Amino acid sequence: MSDARIQVAQEPFSLEALRAGDKAEFARLVDAYSARLYRLALKMLGNPQDAEDVLQEAFLKALRHLKSFDGRSRLSTWLYRIAANEALMVLRRKHADTLSLDEPLETEDGEQEPVQIVDWCCLPEQELLSSEGRRRMDEAIERLPHSLRVVFLLRDIENLSTAETAETLGLSEVAVKTRLSRARMRLREDLSAYYSERMERMSHGA
Amino acid sequence: MAHEECRHLLGALSDYVDGEAEAAICAEIERHLAECENCRVVVDTLKKTVYLYHDTVAEPSEIPAEVRQRLYKRLDLDDLLAKS
Repeated sequence: MSDARIQVAQEPFSLEALRAGDKAEFARLVDAYSARLYRLALKMLGNPQDAEDVLQEAFLKALRHLKSFDGRSRLSTWLYRIAANEALMVLRRKHADTLSLDEPLETEDGEQEPVQIVDWCCLPEQELLSSEGRRRMDEAIERLPHSLRVVFLLRDIENLSTAETAETLGLSEVAVKTRLSRARMRLREDLSAYYSERMERMSHGA
Repeated sequence: MAHEECRHLLGALSDYVDGEAEAAICAEIERHLAECENCRVVVDTLKKTVYLYHDTVAEPSEIPAEVRQRLYKRLDLDDLLAKS
């Protein structure tokens, strides 16, 4: 067992082989993470072509920079960072007017007050997760500002920890928590608007 | 939601549903929820929102075969495609 392997404990990839340009090892890395990076890009961008471009660019960059990867962060965190930055760059190009990750968000008092106060939790699961419901959930993600969207996706969809998300995005853990909170509150508003309307339609026999 | 206390606790609810809020804040939230119906609804629907998103992605995702093929090609790994 080489030292490089010990450094990336729990990750079944040999950094040594990857750095030496071992194609089979790189292909294993690609197969291990491509689905997750593609999903992240797809939910960030909402467009399969853009997501595929991001996926390709991310792995090309990884390939090019493997030699300078120091093994201090996990390979997965490093790959997520490359892919998230690629996706944010695409978003920035496409919507030059919206917030980027580096811009400050609202002030500490910038919490939005809940408007939708309807308890829709009792709706049956097949109603909540109908194909229309899922589509609404995806659309709600797409309506989030980029800076909130990327944090939400890494934390709640990719299941990264607060610390990993902070490392991936170069943010403090407090900033990650604040953005996650705002993202979730906005999603709650959106879903509440939709599901309360569903409840009404159901009660009218629709 | 117009109350000062509701507004004050708003930013802590996300941590609270994750079970990560500090003990003192947790107690404060629970005290408040006992007497504030609106905030109970917000917390319940927030929990449900997070749960639904977790639930929809629990399924394993795979990239489409053509996407994988083009990715391998772009990375100059084509010769490994046949083997997998």
